[in-house]
Amino acid sequence: MGLCAGIPVPIPPGQKRGFMRHIISIRDFHRAEIDDLLDKAQKIQSRFDSSSLMGKILALLFFEPSTRTRMSFEAAMARLGGVSISMGSVEASSISKGETLADTIRVVSGYVDTIVLRHPKEGAARLASEFASVPVINAGDGAGQHPSQTLLDLYTIRQSMKIDGIHAGLLGDLRYGRTAHSLAHALSLYGATIHTISPKGLELPSSLVDELTRGGCEVINHENISGIIRELDVLYVTRIQRERFPDASSYFKVASSYRVTPDLLRDVRDSFIVLHPLPRLDEIDPGVDSLPCARYFEQSNNGIPVRMAMLEKVMR
Amino acid sequence: MTGDATERGLLISPIKHGTVIDHITAGEALNVLKIIGITGTTTESISVATNVKSGKMAKKDIVKIENRELFKDEVNRISLIAPNASINIIRDYKVFAKKGVETPEFLVGIVRCPNPGCISNANEPIQSRFEVQEMGLHCLYCDWVITRDITSYII
Repeated sequence: MGLCAGIPVPIPPGQKRGFMRHIISIRDFHRAEIDDLLDKAQKIQSRFDSSSLMGKILALLFFEPSTRTRMSFEAAMARLGGVSISMGSVEASSISKGETLADTIRVVSGYVDTIVLRHPKEGAARLASEFASVPVINAGDGAGQHPSQTLLDLYTIRQSMKIDGIHAGLLGDLRYGRTAHSLAHALSLYGATIHTISPKGLELPSSLVDELTRGGCEVINHENISGIIRELDVLYVTRIQRERFPDASSYFKVASSYRVTPDLLRDVRDSFIVLHPLPRLDEIDPGVDSLPCARYFEQSNNGIPVRMAMLEKVMR
Repeated sequence: MTGDATERGLLISPIKHGTVIDHITAGEALNVLKIIGITGTTTESISVATNVKSGKMAKKDIVKIENRELFKDEVNRISLIAPNASINIIRDYKVFAKKGVETPEFLVGIVRCPNPGCISNANEPIQSRFEVQEMGLHCLYCDWVITRDITSYII
């Protein structure tokens, strides 16, 4: 179940595992659970302000920089009538004294009703769910999972079309981009065909391709975007990070060949949309912003109802 | 030790009490000892034969551990590197019980995750956890999958 009870471990005889609702990975979700959360987000968006979490406290533990994820969780909690507290910078916290994440989580669990965690280590949120006595929501763990981003990506797609059977293009750094991995996994639950377009060396990991293929999902790799753009319902663009390249010139050479421009989008399908988890650098030309297919700012705004739905789900 | 030597019965003698692990994949005997936690500092008396001639497998390894009967979970870990191994529990020089190995569902604290960014490699009070899948070992923390060379990741 998406709202999982942590890692399966042997339980001593006679001891029962308590049910704790965590949101750690999109892999933990069944399709029905995703649909349920998206329905909930849709209902929330129609009324928006609520006091359903009045008196509840949310802890934001961000061990890595974040703008939109952090602020949208704060805004979502405020719109539900609750309060958010944060640990501040890592340098100013006990982490700088060498405290383990496990201990931090155990301590903070005593202060709040839910913990939202972003951490540079993959699996950190899973670990946190084992030590927390309150629900944990993963807000990104290294190159691993970022389920709230995936849910809002799906929510934005669903605003324009049925997700079932769509042709989705994933463009950019597909090797290290956790949002693309999570989205690919989620789309496979909807029978989508996934088209990948990425620079050499930044392809979707073969282990993930194998996993998706074994699950019945068709994954097709393309040399360039122009050859497939007319067949797509959704183009999900991700940032190509400069630090992956040895020098600036090799970065610009690659980045320019993966740039989405108004010219590229001239003959796309009527229902076609462009998404991007943001922040963007040069991968989408600002000229695209005013086209009807550009949905990435709307996608970012959808972080509020989706995260409100997640907070309500784990705390009520 | 060689197959010929074992055939002549010179190097591996019968044990009175303990465990004989037979039909180990040739060359994996030392890894079998590692995976069941028997290291150089052990107090048990251990006999190891490698690349012994075998009718069933052409070549195999054998390990004999005196005065220690392996538990089921210890035995099952062996399946990761020697799925055809057979376990004989010896009491008073006789085979008291004979069993094969079964692949365990989960491995806790046995294998190190190869992903340097995995939280299980950080200074946290947890043990590594893997789910044994058809394609390999799936890290339950970071989702990394070990598909080959499992022995090099044994803790």
